[in-house]
Amino acid sequence: MAINYSIPEFEIVRNTDRCIGCRACERQCANEVHYYDPDLGKMMADDTKCVNCHRCVSICPTRALKIVKNNDTLRENANWTSENILEIYKQAATGGVLLSSMGNPKPLPVYWDKILINASQVTNPPIDPLREPMETKTFLGKKPEKIERDKDGKIVNNLSSQLELQVPIMFSAMSFGSISKNAHESLARAASELGTYYNTGEGGLHKDFYQYGPNTIVQVASGRFGVHKEYLEAGAAIEIKMGQGAKPGIGGHLPGTKSIGEVASTRMIPEGSDAISPAPHHDIYSIEDLRQLVYSLKEATEYKKPIIVKIAAVHNVAAIASGIARGGADIIAIDGFRGGTGAAPTRIRDNVGIPIELALASVDERLRQEGIRGQVSIVVGGSIRNSADVVKAIALGADAVYIGSAACIAMGCHQCRSCHMAKCNWGIATQRPDLVKRLNPDIASKNLVNLVSAWNHEIKEIMGGMGINSIESLKGNRLMLRGVGLTQKELDILGIKHAGE
Amino acid sequence: MLKEGEIRIPSGCAISGIFSKSGKPLSGRSIIDSIATMHDRSNGLGGGFAGYGIYPQYKDAYAFHIFYDNTESRLQCEKFLDAHFDVINLSKIPTKKVASITNEPIIMRYFVNPLHNKLKESQLDEDEFTVQCVIKVNTTIDGAYVFSSGKNMGVFKAVGYPEDVGEFYRLDEYEGYCWTAHGRYPTNTPGWWGGAHPFAMLDYSIVHNGEISSYDANRRFVEMFGYKCTLLTDTEVITYIIDYLHRKQKLTLTEVAEVIAAPFWDTINSKSEEDKKRLTYLRNAFSSLLITGPFSILLGYDGGLMALNDRLKLRSMVVGEKDDMVYIASEECAIRVIEPNLDKLWSPKGGEPVIVTLEEGLR
Repeated sequence: MAINYSIPEFEIVRNTDRCIGCRACERQCANEVHYYDPDLGKMMADDTKCVNCHRCVSICPTRALKIVKNNDTLRENANWTSENILEIYKQAATGGVLLSSMGNPKPLPVYWDKILINASQVTNPPIDPLREPMETKTFLGKKPEKIERDKDGKIVNNLSSQLELQVPIMFSAMSFGSISKNAHESLARAASELGTYYNTGEGGLHKDFYQYGPNTIVQVASGRFGVHKEYLEAGAAIEIKMGQGAKPGIGGHLPGTKSIGEVASTRMIPEGSDAISPAPHHDIYSIEDLRQLVYSLKEATEYKKPIIVKIAAVHNVAAIASGIARGGADIIAIDGFRGGTGAAPTRIRDNVGIPIELALASVDERLRQEGIRGQVSIVVGGSIRNSADVVKAIALGADAVYIGSAACIAMGCHQCRSCHMAKCNWGIATQRPDLVKRLNPDIASKNLVNLVSAWNHEIKEIMGGMGINSIESLKGNRLMLRGVGLTQKELDILGIKHAGE
Repeated sequence: MLKEGEIRIPSGCAISGIFSKSGKPLSGRSIIDSIATMHDRSNGLGGGFAGYGIYPQYKDAYAFHIFYDNTESRLQCEKFLDAHFDVINLSKIPTKKVASITNEPIIMRYFVNPLHNKLKESQLDEDEFTVQCVIKVNTTIDGAYVFSSGKNMGVFKAVGYPEDVGEFYRLDEYEGYCWTAHGRYPTNTPGWWGGAHPFAMLDYSIVHNGEISSYDANRRFVEMFGYKCTLLTDTEVITYIIDYLHRKQKLTLTEVAEVIAAPFWDTINSKSEEDKKRLTYLRNAFSSLLITGPFSILLGYDGGLMALNDRLKLRSMVVGEKDDMVYIASEECAIRVIEPNLDKLWSPKGGEPVIVTLEEGLR
């Protein structure tokens, strides 16, 4: 057997003075890192299997465990980093495509962190959200170009179907399959309680969750998994998934290990088969084809549901978005290159797509230049990490945001980026019944409600500071933003001034 | 230092308005006296007036008031006007020397009608044609600035205290049924005359006290419809919003108020089913035209005057009535000084428009 060149990424440090040998870590670790050595009479660990999900650390009753970065490194080299070398070893040994999960972890610029928000001083009063009304209700959908009146002169409601959000935050698409039934239930219940929406992703909708239809966005992706008339009619809106920020240009990947039982039946595919969505929709090879799918779905649902078209943020995103707006979509969802995924080729996740901040700024500006910004709403995701990111996104021009990774984290995800292994110790990105049951929807949905409510409070505080008491006055209000440490080109694309200007 | 239009300058202000519902001709004297009372609300860096019904002899022609930096810009602009309009009359706007008013530009007045063939060629209505021509002059002819373009009305403004500006333009020699006035308190200013208020477009004129926090959201939305916010002032964008909603979308002024100072959702939900439907529709359909932050505005238009506060009423504004006269001002003193014996005096609620119009048959 050839020598295994791999170096464990982490080292499990066990404080033997604290460890009482209860073996809880062993029972809790789906990666089988921990084991009891009867000969030595103590707990041992196989570092090579550890993904640093922190399950064992969190449940250890005596706080005897910590996971640290392994300081055993290859000879340091700024070009040939350990990561580069170890990945070559892995591919040389297996001949396979490297797989990863969750969002791009590379140290590329996070523009949110280089944008600062304004506040009122003297010339205009800040508003205190504890004492004055402060509104975050948002409608998504096409706005009319002209008002119409009936014969008595009353304004006729000529709005096409809209989504009404009590908070400008929705849960982004995560399929049943990529995440567990309990995770789906938690999202659905939280969306209902919050007065917002969650998104089925491309895995269909489990029968048990049709009851949450009024707060559900059903997705139609290139694999068309789980798509049928009842499904389309179940949701409040339909999202056509053209792309995903984590893996622009390729379709969804659900490993056969996750495609079992109800996951497979909900998708309407054989159990245990990999569910690999085609890279394109095979009925959409161009923009005019997209228009036909948009209108087919509208016809199928009698124009009662807004149609969202979700695209990955890629180089030509502004022109694409303009085409989509003219193609009849009611809402465009743009997913940035830091967006999460349940499984993607590492090289694609880490190298394809552009930052959502730049994509959003150029799409919003282009649609305004063309005078069609009112025809379509913009939702952005990938990645929104906190309420300040939400405020900045809306001020750049978004109507609302999608959160996926943040929602997972609220449910207990520790961002170990191993979803594709299907052994999520937190019961989120797995289908193993013993792991799924670790996620209690009563608790997880409460956590999601807490998170979004907390963000909403913070959004109100930040808005109040700016003297804005309704979210619509923040939308596209770029004068409220300033850049720090950005080049003129970056500022121009973002459409903001530098701090101090 | 950046000029107005290159930088956004916050301002505090004083506003005042007088309206005779029976169309009595009022000289400009009383509006000067009114705004002068609020001297401390201005800082000498901008003042101005709008008068309605002041040009009865040319009431069907557009009256353009134009500032020129030099004769060059004047020649260039007049060439443009000649190519697009039939100029019925042109003259310098009469002024008199006032010690505190200096650096005056060339100030001209033209009564014009769009050239028939040009109008036909443009496939626009008369108003839209005129608006586009005004925007064209203001954005492309360096040193020329059309600051008034309505029919039978005119704007008069300058850098200075408003009472001095009134004297400078000899406003006591004009008579109109409606006057509005503005005293400006900019936090810094390069002192450009065009930056003073009122801001006007066709017969709409706005005087405004406040600093809106929704500025860029409003600006970026309204610029989709051919407007160009070149001054970066609240007043300019508010005028364009009202022009868009009232003239182009044909909303009533009450509906305009329901868009720009929309009631809170809680209030909307407590209304009758019909009102709820209308208010929800307007807030949703024109969401980007909601104006937040403090403002009190007086909108003058042909035959009427509307006063409106932001929905939290973050700026003072009172209304007084006496017989057929309506007075509106930032402070009560500015009304009492010209009419001590009022029949009625009240402070309109935030977001509640006060609309006064000429009596039936007077327009």
